[in-house]
Amino acid sequence: MKYIDEFRNIRLAGKISGLIHEEAKSLEPVNFMEVCGTHTMAVERFGIRRMLPENVRLISGPGCPVCVTPKNYIDKAIGLAGLKDIIIFSFGDILKVPGTNSSLIRQRSKGRVRVAYSVLDAVEFAEKNQDKKIVFLGIGFETTVPTVAASVKYTKKKRIKNFFVYSGHKVMPPAMRLLAGDKDINVKGFLCPAHVSAIIGMRPYGVICEKYNIPCVIAGFEPLDILQSILMLLRQVKSGRAIVENQYARVVRPSGNMQALKLIEEVFSRSDSEWRGIGVIKDSGLKLSAEYMDFDAEKNIDFPKVTTRPDKGCICGSVLKGIKTPLDCGLFAKKCNPDNPCGACMVSSEGACAAYYKYPHPNPLP
Amino acid sequence: MHDLIKDLFLKNLDNPFLNKLGDAALIKAGSKKLAYTTDSFVIKPLFFPGGDIGKLSVCGTVNDLAVSGAEPRYLSCGMIVEDGFSYADLEKITLSIKNTCRLARVDIVAGDFKVVEKGSIDGIFINTSGIGEVFKDSRIDISRIKPGDKVIISGTIGDHAAAIILAREELKFKARIKSDCSPLNKFVSLIICRDIKFMRDPTRGGLATTLNEISLASGYDITIEEKGIPVKKSVRALCEILGFDPLYMANEGKLIAIVSGGSAKAVLSKMRKHPLGKDAAIIGEVKKHKDKKVHMKTRFGGSRILDMITGEQLPRIC
Repeated sequence: MKYIDEFRNIRLAGKISGLIHEEAKSLEPVNFMEVCGTHTMAVERFGIRRMLPENVRLISGPGCPVCVTPKNYIDKAIGLAGLKDIIIFSFGDILKVPGTNSSLIRQRSKGRVRVAYSVLDAVEFAEKNQDKKIVFLGIGFETTVPTVAASVKYTKKKRIKNFFVYSGHKVMPPAMRLLAGDKDINVKGFLCPAHVSAIIGMRPYGVICEKYNIPCVIAGFEPLDILQSILMLLRQVKSGRAIVENQYARVVRPSGNMQALKLIEEVFSRSDSEWRGIGVIKDSGLKLSAEYMDFDAEKNIDFPKVTTRPDKGCICGSVLKGIKTPLDCGLFAKKCNPDNPCGACMVSSEGACAAYYKYPHPNPLP
Repeated sequence: MHDLIKDLFLKNLDNPFLNKLGDAALIKAGSKKLAYTTDSFVIKPLFFPGGDIGKLSVCGTVNDLAVSGAEPRYLSCGMIVEDGFSYADLEKITLSIKNTCRLARVDIVAGDFKVVEKGSIDGIFINTSGIGEVFKDSRIDISRIKPGDKVIISGTIGDHAAAIILAREELKFKARIKSDCSPLNKFVSLIICRDIKFMRDPTRGGLATTLNEISLASGYDITIEEKGIPVKKSVRALCEILGFDPLYMANEGKLIAIVSGGSAKAVLSKMRKHPLGKDAAIIGEVKKHKDKKVHMKTRFGGSRILDMITGEQLPRIC
């Protein structure tokens, strides 16, 4: 398959792996963070860790939208699904995330929760079912936000009054800045998310390079992309540089997608946002802007009161920050497994715990 | 699901036939060896490229008998429809059952039809059961599986699930993917021999789940090579976009055969002579290790453990 097979060429991968080994010789151990969940999955799926020298460690970051959605959001969405005349539309992988007492997938059997393949499914449904209030669960980073923004704009234009967004949307750079400044994590380089960068471009990472002296490379999702990006990071580290480089130039334009950025800015405004396991990060969330307030579920629907109990024993927070790996968790692969997940990192197809579970390490790594 | 079967059904309905958890129970009637099975069918949409619920309900039972090494003889069919279900659709489904029975050379010899209140079921549910006569040359027995045996898949995987996903029209893109839904009994009658130690049709949960069941029941590890597994380009592309794994996607006209190492090539070439086996491939081997795990050597040179399916595959956010 074009654009896939050539980037999974094992001979070339061996070559790049050789170059990485050479560059890393006599280097102090370095931590590189792959920010995005799709990177985490690809790293495990293609066994990339085994192609790296011991002193180059990949740590997983908070870039799985499902994983960083706080439990309270899930509880509130479940509460919402219990209200008469409300139909919830959601992307698939959020459904299995456990809330305090239930999950959305259990609510789905009652007919109030539907899987959306695109936010337009929800809009279309709203148009056809005007006696119901349709709430779309807005989860995701800059990658998914533009389509939600476009839908909100469309519903306003079409005067559809029964479509709402419960926004849990987040933006990536503030979280990366927080992690960059965390001495415990000690990140020496970021593999920046591919699709998020397709929207935001290279500029937002500049501050990480300047303020924290940490190199950033925007990396594609195929194994050769990841290996090449690691090599680019290593070369920056060795030469003492810290700049933003774009390995994924076949998709990411330096200035990003201006049209999408304009849409986001028009429909949403920045707010503080809670990240599961990490806490509230300033200006890292997106709420509907004043002009589009009529579509904000939180402003227009009375949410039932819910009580959220914190996770016990689950170390998703430290895993999301890259301080610990799933193997450090006492629940991992015992009480917590894909059939019966305790934390979001096991649920999401892009969660670090799910990746570690699905692609077990023959020799557990540190 | 596996826990439910073990902890609820086997615990209470315990008997030596059921406990084997085969596709069909092997029973004796006089001197004749028979296979007996049942299956229920619920599917949305009812009509899809390559089949419909009627065809599916015949193929499902016929195939369970076929992979148990039996030639299907008699089927029963029970239908439950909701009040107001379209007569034209019911007729279409019945004609499809008739045509599939003709193709598989079986007859529906007993039937039942019930109408329930509108809204209490989704359109129509069908149950079929079937009796088949075990082939003279069949030695299907999971306990015969030994290290060195080869794993053969009879064709491309994931076609049925991919066709259903597309037919639901929830995705706005188009691809010409047809369900592989077909009766396998004539195909099995062509290939059946003593060297085939076990067969199963990888329906729900797909190839990976079925191999796990075989590994668990036989007690041996299985290693397969990703490179050799036939997947249609269109199915692979759909999976790449949605984040699905074809290894876990349902098939309705494929079988996995575990064949003694020395005869695998001969069985493979027999399979390839039949249209339903033209893409058949040897994809792996039974190993000595007894972790009861299925390993896959990836195209990229790594290896991963293929687990059982957990719940359903859901499309991802990004």
